[in-house]
Amino acid sequence: MTTFSVTRATLHKDLRMEWRSKDAINSMLFFALLVVVIFSFAFNPTAEQSRQIAGGLVWVAFLFAAVVALNQTWARELRNQVLDAYRVSPAPPNALFLAKAIGNFLFVIVLEALMAPLFVVFYNLRSVGPLWQLIVVALLGTWALVVNGTFFAALSIRTRSREIMLPLVLFPISIPALLGMVDATTSILTGDASPDFWIKMLAVYDVVFTAVCLLLFESVLNAE
Amino acid sequence: MKQLFIAFVVLTVTLLAYSTYQALLVAPTEQTMGEVQRIFYYHVPSAWTAGVCFFVNFLASILYLWKRNAKSDALAAASAEVGVMFCTIVLITGPIWARPVWGIWWTWDARLTTTLVLWLIYVSYLVLRRFSTGGQTQVLAAALAIFGFVDVPIVYMTIRWFRTQHPAPVMGGGENSGLAPEMLHAFLWNLLAFTCVGIVLMVLRYRLQMLEERVEAAHAAAALEGGTQ
Repeated sequence: MTTFSVTRATLHKDLRMEWRSKDAINSMLFFALLVVVIFSFAFNPTAEQSRQIAGGLVWVAFLFAAVVALNQTWARELRNQVLDAYRVSPAPPNALFLAKAIGNFLFVIVLEALMAPLFVVFYNLRSVGPLWQLIVVALLGTWALVVNGTFFAALSIRTRSREIMLPLVLFPISIPALLGMVDATTSILTGDASPDFWIKMLAVYDVVFTAVCLLLFESVLNAE
Repeated sequence: MKQLFIAFVVLTVTLLAYSTYQALLVAPTEQTMGEVQRIFYYHVPSAWTAGVCFFVNFLASILYLWKRNAKSDALAAASAEVGVMFCTIVLITGPIWARPVWGIWWTWDARLTTTLVLWLIYVSYLVLRRFSTGGQTQVLAAALAIFGFVDVPIVYMTIRWFRTQHPAPVMGGGENSGLAPEMLHAFLWNLLAFTCVGIVLMVLRYRLQMLEERVEAAHAAAALEGGTQ
């Protein structure tokens, strides 16, 4: 069994389960929608103001929504002792991790694609900077959230009060990534500054933490 | 070993008394800031000791993942707790100093923000230790400790960029780094004393952790024996 085939099989299974149940995407969508509406009431911004604060609002909404999906990542593998079965099988642990991370990445990207038009409508957004840069920031930023999130979800599933544990450990570690995403998005939307530094920084963050996750996942999976 | 430790504790207490005397009575009063500047003799050594503790935590966590021995895990737990305590002291003494000198309690500049994020990361580490159960705690905590330590330079780099207009470091950098000799004297004694206090607390906490584990193991053994009767 190679890493690639196991990753593909697990990813295929997860995507099919999600396609049939739509649990993760529905709960994320509704949650993000609620955050958008509540923020809108709380700040009541004008078009110019919303361009200033949209970067923060968008990413905080996506971060909170992603936690909802991330918490469900490993829960279904606990039923029928799937994780234990996986541990005794010769399949490489990192293949499982990669499949879960890519799956979550796809879910959150779909969520972002669906929510972006809503943000534009509710907050009267219009980007001053180039749009393709926003897509680069979204891809890098989402991977930054999801790769650590998948790892910490695997970690918090083994604790008491698991649902609350994930944000508690994920948010502090994600602060630099979140700062990068928010600042890059704001500088693209307002066109005031170049987002180049933030894009590079997000790329570095992604590479570093993907490496750390792959290095440590086996220990966490086999923790007894 | 025990006598050596007691001697070290006595030495630490003596050092602490001497360095407090140096900081509060011998060191001259700063011209512009006045008496409040003396908090510097506690603030910076606390930050240094917290840094040492977190570094010990990082090394102990790697060692644990490698060797899987209870000792390195106990050391990781002890150093994280002592580090968070010193980091808390830094975060409390900082604003007390900043209020009269800068006119504000807090500013989101690179050093302050990095320290706060550092504190948040290690508090989450302690929460994780508290909430995880059984033999998994050690591995999970060690993994999080490595994440946290890797994150710190990234946090610092990001926040420096985020706050390019941050005020120049008041101490230990640039043109202000030249302390008056008496001040430097008091500062270095405090640095040494605080490092020793940190080591003493870590050793005590480490012993407590090992004892707790022995008590837990004894309870488990007793429960097993009770079950077979």
